[in-house]
Amino acid sequence: MSAAMDTESTYSGYSHYSGHSKKAHRQGRDRHKSPRSKDGSRSEKSVTIQTPPAEPLLGNDASRAEEGQDDNWGETTTAITGTSEHSISQEDIARISKDLEDSVGLDCKRYLGLTVAAVLGLLVFLTPIAFILLPQILWRDDLEPCGTVCEGLFISVAFKLLILLIGTWALFFRQPKADLPRVFVFRALLLVLIFLFVFSYWLFYGVRILDSKDTNYQGIVQYAVSLVDALLFIHYLAIVLLELRQLQPMFTVKVVRSTDGEARYYSLGHLSIQRAALVVLENYYRDFTVYNPALLTASKSRAAKHMAGLKVYNVDGPGNNASGQSRAMIAAAARRRDSSHNELYYEEADHERRVKKRRARLVVAVEEAFTHIKRLQAEEQQKAPGEMMDPREAAQAIFPSMARALQKYLRTTRQQQYHSMESILQHLSFCITNNMTPKAFLERYLNPGPTLQYDRDRWFSKQWTLVSEEAVTSGLQDGIVFVLKCLDFSLVVNVKKIPFIKLSEEFIDPKSHKFVLRLQSETSV
Amino acid sequence: SNLISFSFQQRIEIHKLRQGDNLILGFSIGGGIDQDPTQNPFSEDKTDKGIYVTRVTEGGPAEVAGLQIGDKIMQVNGWDMTMVTHDQARKRLTKRNEEVVRLLVTRQSLQKAVQQSMMS
Repeated sequence: MSAAMDTESTYSGYSHYSGHSKKAHRQGRDRHKSPRSKDGSRSEKSVTIQTPPAEPLLGNDASRAEEGQDDNWGETTTAITGTSEHSISQEDIARISKDLEDSVGLDCKRYLGLTVAAVLGLLVFLTPIAFILLPQILWRDDLEPCGTVCEGLFISVAFKLLILLIGTWALFFRQPKADLPRVFVFRALLLVLIFLFVFSYWLFYGVRILDSKDTNYQGIVQYAVSLVDALLFIHYLAIVLLELRQLQPMFTVKVVRSTDGEARYYSLGHLSIQRAALVVLENYYRDFTVYNPALLTASKSRAAKHMAGLKVYNVDGPGNNASGQSRAMIAAAARRRDSSHNELYYEEADHERRVKKRRARLVVAVEEAFTHIKRLQAEEQQKAPGEMMDPREAAQAIFPSMARALQKYLRTTRQQQYHSMESILQHLSFCITNNMTPKAFLERYLNPGPTLQYDRDRWFSKQWTLVSEEAVTSGLQDGIVFVLKCLDFSLVVNVKKIPFIKLSEEFIDPKSHKFVLRLQSETSV
Repeated sequence: SNLISFSFQQRIEIHKLRQGDNLILGFSIGGGIDQDPTQNPFSEDKTDKGIYVTRVTEGGPAEVAGLQIGDKIMQVNGWDMTMVTHDQARKRLTKRNEEVVRLLVTRQSLQKAVQQSMMS
C-alpha cells in the first residue's frame, strides 16, 4: 500500500513538472490543467498505478498513443519540449503549404474553360455578320438588288446583335466568385448546344449558299436574321436554366458545425451539390460565429479524465483480446463514481459569474472614457485651437483608461487573439468619428461575431473540401448529406425537401358577421 | 330508478300587496324570448324560452298563494306568457289597474314509483 502511495506521489510530481514546461510553450491557455490533474491523482482510491492524462503535444495526435503506454513518459516529455522551441507547430506547417498552393494556382482548368467559352462567343457573334458580308465580298455583281427590305433587315440584325451583346455581358461576364471542383453541367450543355447550332448553320450556309453562289441576297440576309433570333432564344434558355430555375426554394438545408454544434437553416432551390455547397459557405462566413479553438479545450480534457487512470491487466496468460479489453475499460469507467458533472456545473456557473463581472467593469470603464471626449462644434473650433485632436489622437488619448478592463474581458472570454491593440485603436477612432455610443463600440467585443468581421489570418477556414457520396454535379435530393471540411473543423450539411403544402380556402361573407346579446335578467314583480 | 318526473298545471290566484305607490306580487321572473335560455337553471329543456319563477319572497303574496320557485308561467289573466319578451312579461304582471292576477303555472315534480307507494 505504501509503495503504491509512493508511486502516486512520484507520478504526481512528474505531471506537475510536465504541465509547467508545457505551460511555457502554450501561452497560458491551459493554465488550469496541471492543478486539476494533481487533484485527480489525490482523490483516486484504487491501487492501480495511474498514468496522468495523455495531453496532445504540439497538436500531434500520433505521439499520444505511444505516450500512454510508456512508463518513462516524464523524461520523454522533457526531451521533446527541449526541441519544441525550434520546431514549428502543425498549424504553421499547414498554413505555409496553403500559401504555396495559392501562389502557384491550379487554375489551368478554370482558364481553359474561360478561353473556350470566349472563343466560342466571339465566333458566334461574328457569324451573322459574316453571313451578310461574304456574298457582298465574293460575288457582288451577281447579287440581286435588294433595296428597302434588306436595309430594314440590316437594322434589325444590328439591334438584335447589340441586345445579345448586352445580355451576354450582363449574364456571363462576372467575376468568378469561386473555384468549384467539377464543371457546371448546364453551362457545358449550353456551350455544346451553341456550338452544334452554329456549326449546323455554317454547314448549311457553306453547302447551299457559298458553293452554289446563291443570288437571292434577301434570302441570305433573312437567313442571318433567323440565326440571330435563334441566338436570342438560346440566351433566354440560358437565363432560365442558369438563373431562374434555382430561385424558387425547394429544399431546406441544415448546416451544423462539427466542433461546437452551432446550426443554421437555409432555403435553396434546385442546385447541384457543389453550388449548394458554395451557397452554404457564403452564408457561413456571414452567419456563423467565428471558430475559436480556445473554447474547445475544456470538453476534451473532461473526456480525457473520464477514461484516465484505468489500465487493463491480463492475468489469464497471453492472448490479446482487444475488443474485450476496451469493453472492460468502458464498463469500469462508467461504473466509476466520478463527479465530472458536478465539476462542469460549478465551473460553468463560476465562469458565467466571472464573465458578467468583467463585462460590468468593462462597460463602466468605456462609458467613463467616452465622457472625456466631446465633439467640437464649428464655432468652438476657433476658440480652442490648442486642444483639437483628430479621431486617431482622441482614440489614443482615451484608450489607456479602458485598455486593462477590455483586455481582461477578452482574456476571460478567450477572444484575446482576435483583437490586436492596433485593431482596437482603429475601431475606437472609427466609433468616435461616427458619433457612436460606448455600447456601439463594445458591440464588437462583447459577443463573438461572424467570421467576416475578423482579420483573414484568424479565420482558420479558407480552403474547403467537399466530401460527398453522390456526384457533386448531381442535383439536391431529399436526405442527401455532404460534408464541407476545412483543416480544423467541418460543416455537416443535411438536405430536406420542403413539404408539399395543400392549401384550401374558406369564404366568409362579411355580412355574416352578426352577433346576439345573451342576457339573463331577473326582474322582481 | 324508481323516480318518475312529470309536470302538472296549476292555477294560482295572487292578490297584490300595496307597498307605498306600488303593487307587488312578491316573486322574481327570469326568461323570455329575448334572453339566453341555456342559463335558466329551472328549465328541463334548455331551449325553452318561457318565463320562470326564479325567486319567491318569504311571506309575500306569491308564497301565500302557493307559487313555488322554478314554476313556469304559462298564462297571466288569460294572456299567453310562453312567447313573450322579458319586458312584456314584466308589464303583464305589473298592470297598475289589476289587483288580482290569475296565473296558470306548470311545475315539475318527482314522485316515487307507484309500486313503492303500493308496498307501503
